[in-house]
Amino acid sequence: MLALSRFIDRFNEAVGHSVAWLVLAAVLVSAGNAVVRKLFNASSNALLELQWYLFSAVFLLAAAQTLLRQEHVRIDLISARLSARSRAWIDIFGIVCFLFPLVAVVIGLSWPLLERAYLSGEMSSNAGGLIRWPVLALLPIGFGLLGAQGLSELIKRVAFLRGVLSVTSISAPPDKAGPA
Amino acid sequence: MEASFAANMAPWMFGSLVIFLLIGFPVSFSLGACGLFYALVGIELGLMPASLMQALPLRIVGIMQNDTLLAIPFFTFMGLILERSGMAEDLLDTIGQLFGPIRGGLAYAVIFVGAMLAATTGVVAASVISMGLISLPIMLRHGYDRRVASGVIAASGTLAQIIPPSLVLIVLADQLGQSVGALYQGALMPALVLTGLYGVYVGVISISRPQWVPAMPASARTLFPASHDSGWRPRAQLWLQVAVVLIPPLALIFLVLGTIFLGIATPTEGGAMGATGALAIALARRRLDLPQLRQAMQSTARLSCFVLFILIGSTVFSLAFQAVDGPKWVEHLLTGLPGGVPGFLIVVNLLVFGLAFFLDFFELAFIVVPLLAPVAAALGLDMVWFGVLLAVNMQTSFMHPPFGFALFYLRSVAPDREYTDAVTGQRIAPVTIGQIYRGAIPFVLIQLSMVGLIIAFPGLVSRGHDAATQIDADAVLRQMQTDQNSTDAADAASAATKPGANAVDDDPMKALQEAVEADRQAPAK
Repeated sequence: MLALSRFIDRFNEAVGHSVAWLVLAAVLVSAGNAVVRKLFNASSNALLELQWYLFSAVFLLAAAQTLLRQEHVRIDLISARLSARSRAWIDIFGIVCFLFPLVAVVIGLSWPLLERAYLSGEMSSNAGGLIRWPVLALLPIGFGLLGAQGLSELIKRVAFLRGVLSVTSISAPPDKAGPA
Repeated sequence: MEASFAANMAPWMFGSLVIFLLIGFPVSFSLGACGLFYALVGIELGLMPASLMQALPLRIVGIMQNDTLLAIPFFTFMGLILERSGMAEDLLDTIGQLFGPIRGGLAYAVIFVGAMLAATTGVVAASVISMGLISLPIMLRHGYDRRVASGVIAASGTLAQIIPPSLVLIVLADQLGQSVGALYQGALMPALVLTGLYGVYVGVISISRPQWVPAMPASARTLFPASHDSGWRPRAQLWLQVAVVLIPPLALIFLVLGTIFLGIATPTEGGAMGATGALAIALARRRLDLPQLRQAMQSTARLSCFVLFILIGSTVFSLAFQAVDGPKWVEHLLTGLPGGVPGFLIVVNLLVFGLAFFLDFFELAFIVVPLLAPVAAALGLDMVWFGVLLAVNMQTSFMHPPFGFALFYLRSVAPDREYTDAVTGQRIAPVTIGQIYRGAIPFVLIQLSMVGLIIAFPGLVSRGHDAATQIDADAVLRQMQTDQNSTDAADAASAATKPGANAVDDDPMKALQEAVEADRQAPAK
């Protein structure tokens, strides 16, 4: 089980690292778009749509890594005063009762949407827009990775409660960022 | 039991939300789970259509497509790159040298640079950390009171939240259905007044407690030889240096804010260009290498991710909350307050101020503001003005002891043990968390007086030429009277519907009330 958890962690960490480059791509595409639009009075719907495709890829695919690094904000008013064991129990409860159902519902509901868009080859309604299904595919993929990460976190917390893992393996890394 | 539960589902849902959030699991998933749970119960009890959740994927796609929210990663990335570019350090060094020799000068320099950094980016962490690293040791060296020094740094850092281009204004604009440009324009004046008030506070201290904010001796000017201080040359050199360090931030401010205010660029485009500009500055100064770039991109990705996921969670929640007529319940609750519009404003501000003790502004903006916005619209408030008011209030969430993030950031870079000053060789005591907390309190009070000022003088929130519904003191007064009338009308109407009263349809008061209601709902659309 721990091997599976390690595999998921490594995989999602790698995904997170890769999609971060899309931030830079989105910045450059958007800045380029703005300049071209003003200077040459030309604009491309494909490039405009590319911006939100890129950004969607960033935040949907990085969700798992954000969970891994414990950067989804919590209200730790109460939990900060509890022991590491109690916090592990809270997380187990949250993953099973909150995270998994949410992931399942989003995947279940977005799947038909993707299927329809893929089969019909649906295009953006804007002239020269992009094909739709790749961006719709991000929903089940992103939430799927998130669910997998939830599983990995679950395994780690159970292992911690059984004394197999140390407390550092389930605490936030020291370089954790707060809100901007 | 079941019947009363079904009838009161909105309060139940709201109460459960509080519990779900307090459990301490990530906010985004708790929000979503709370929505799902009640949707399930509601569908089971036949209170909601079974197809309710079908709308969810489309709502999420709507969030993905939202052009305004795209500005969040752009401005975050810009702030992180600027932090690496060394711009803040240069500014603080030079402006500190310029203002240092007057009493309170180092504090003025921090406020000025804080405002400058805030106008280039919207990230509090970057400002507080750079100023804490650079200015705090200098202020301690020259014998500043620790509370004043840390308070000024934390507060000036939070200016990034209110001076455009700020993330909080982007998020609020999205939640209030206003354009980001309008909110930026509206926030400009209050932000400048607030910066001025910080300066006034330092000024008052420099008169009443001069020993807290001593002037830096001329000999401490390291940038230029102090021995020729009387000559024109070092002074001219200093001014030249000031001009040089001001070029990059001013250029960025123009690139971002100038283009937005002139209507050349949308805030999202402005953010992208600002980020590109920041990259160019950092690269030109050779202050950026690949690992740093990657780190900035990854921090941006994860920050955008947690923000957008709170929004997704709150979308799930609001789908179910709307299905149980939750917004109506909140509206009744808040419009039923005594005192009409002023009563609403007082309660809302107390609520936001109170919640800001343990929620950060993203949570406030995505959980609380959607509940308040329809009520404010129904009361006929100017939404831009309301947004700026909320933004100034929410800024306190960064400064509140004990959970203010600006205080945490400062704590992380403030000396936590006694150290030897590198220049004077003196032993300098650490800065305690208690000193940081006490230093923040006066600024929280300043912040609250600013909230009061915005309510008392709505004209502070300027509206651009696009504003058809300009609000001024008169309009607010009229609104208050209308509201008073409608409350009276409501009383009269409810009296009229009592058994034995005249037929409701003939009641002129009822007609009046309906007219007023229709009137009040018009601006909401």
